[in-house]
Amino acid sequence: MPELNPRNILIAMLLLAGFAGAGAGLVALVQEGTEARIAENRMQVNRNRIADLTGDLAYANDPVQDTVTLSHELLGGHDLPAWFARDRDHAVMGIVFSAVAPDGYSGSIHLLIGVDRDGELLGVRVSSHRETPGLGDAIEAERSDWIHGFAGRSLGDPPPDQWAVRHDGGVFDQFTGATITPRAVVGAVRRTLEYFDQHRDALLSDTPEDEPSPVEPVAAPHTDEERP
Amino acid sequence: MNPTLTDIIRDGLWHNNPGLVQLLGLCPLLAISGTMVNAIGLGIATTLTLLLSNVLVSLIRNHARPEIRIPVYVLIIASIVTAIELAMNAWFHGLYLILGIFIPLIVTNCAIIGRAEAFASRNSVPRAALDGLMMGLGFTGVLIALGALREILGQGTLMANAHLLFGNWGHNLTLQFYPSEHGFLLALLPPGAFMAMGLLIAAKNWIDSQLEPEPTASRDESTNEPDTAPDNA
Repeated sequence: MPELNPRNILIAMLLLAGFAGAGAGLVALVQEGTEARIAENRMQVNRNRIADLTGDLAYANDPVQDTVTLSHELLGGHDLPAWFARDRDHAVMGIVFSAVAPDGYSGSIHLLIGVDRDGELLGVRVSSHRETPGLGDAIEAERSDWIHGFAGRSLGDPPPDQWAVRHDGGVFDQFTGATITPRAVVGAVRRTLEYFDQHRDALLSDTPEDEPSPVEPVAAPHTDEERP
Repeated sequence: MNPTLTDIIRDGLWHNNPGLVQLLGLCPLLAISGTMVNAIGLGIATTLTLLLSNVLVSLIRNHARPEIRIPVYVLIIASIVTAIELAMNAWFHGLYLILGIFIPLIVTNCAIIGRAEAFASRNSVPRAALDGLMMGLGFTGVLIALGALREILGQGTLMANAHLLFGNWGHNLTLQFYPSEHGFLLALLPPGAFMAMGLLIAAKNWIDSQLEPEPTASRDESTNEPDTAPDNA
């Protein structure tokens, strides 16, 4: 151990600063080189998910670029992105909502929910969850067909009182050993349809994406502070 | 006193294996070994980090003063891991999404700073590189063995999601032994990881005892290696 005099301290300090600078420089360089590719990867992931959820809709725009963030308790969270699929005349053909089911077995379940302009479900997918492997994870499209059972449903089909898992008197199956997980997903999907129903006019208006929608709870990025 | 090149290779892969003998880096080892593809992905990233950090630490071993060497090692390792994380995000995005937080957490894998301090800071660059590579391969080997064991027992497959690692032809690599709903759930859960790890360590010790009935010299090699790294995070 060298003597602790000012000269040694200064040398050690400069050495450390030099290594910190070199490290930061390396990271900055790599970031510079990968930035564009990473952004494109993220967009492609979203694009694939949206394409998966808009099914047969022959939309003319790139929904990844046509997005707003929504905040509403029916959607289960703040600043959740929603993507719009539009036809040639810019009319909305379908919307992919992000929604959160807060009441999963172990934490929130994040969902992507595709709805067409008539309020019919195009499809539902789980984007992230922490449910028990082997039990609750049957909500994943890769693990079982359960999640496909939502396609074609709407707020009136089944009737509102049967929008629940069988255990609660509804029409949706639960899985062996897991009722809480499907119950949470079914509830979140139903609430998203209710949200769509309540804000249908504003959501379906041809607002170009750069113009904020006039109706209060919709298309309101960065306004969640105002909500009670 | 100086280990020969053969010793370095044998230590990294077997006698002083970071996973089975030093028991370092257990957090990523147990958390990410649910499937073989995850295990290979994390193993490659860890091996690359070990190799690069050992080379850099060995390069600067005469310039980093002893009183600041640990912060310098931490800086080097953190920079390397961040660069690797960005590269994986760019070129193996699907795998990056699955491995998630465990890539940045390679920084906290004690096997890495342990090798920097115990070996790379005292040896020439080629020897440090060989040690990093062998330790990394040893760690990867344990990851893969655990991953294969847990994947087969837990969901009846091997190499599921291989396309994330190898591109589209990876789909052909996936083997399905039996329908996944008959899987042994425990194997996928954290307790199963600990049990599988215990079985692997027991198997290694059993093999050692079969190979070397009487205590021999190769045991000493692993014990005179100073294990400066603290318990793993």
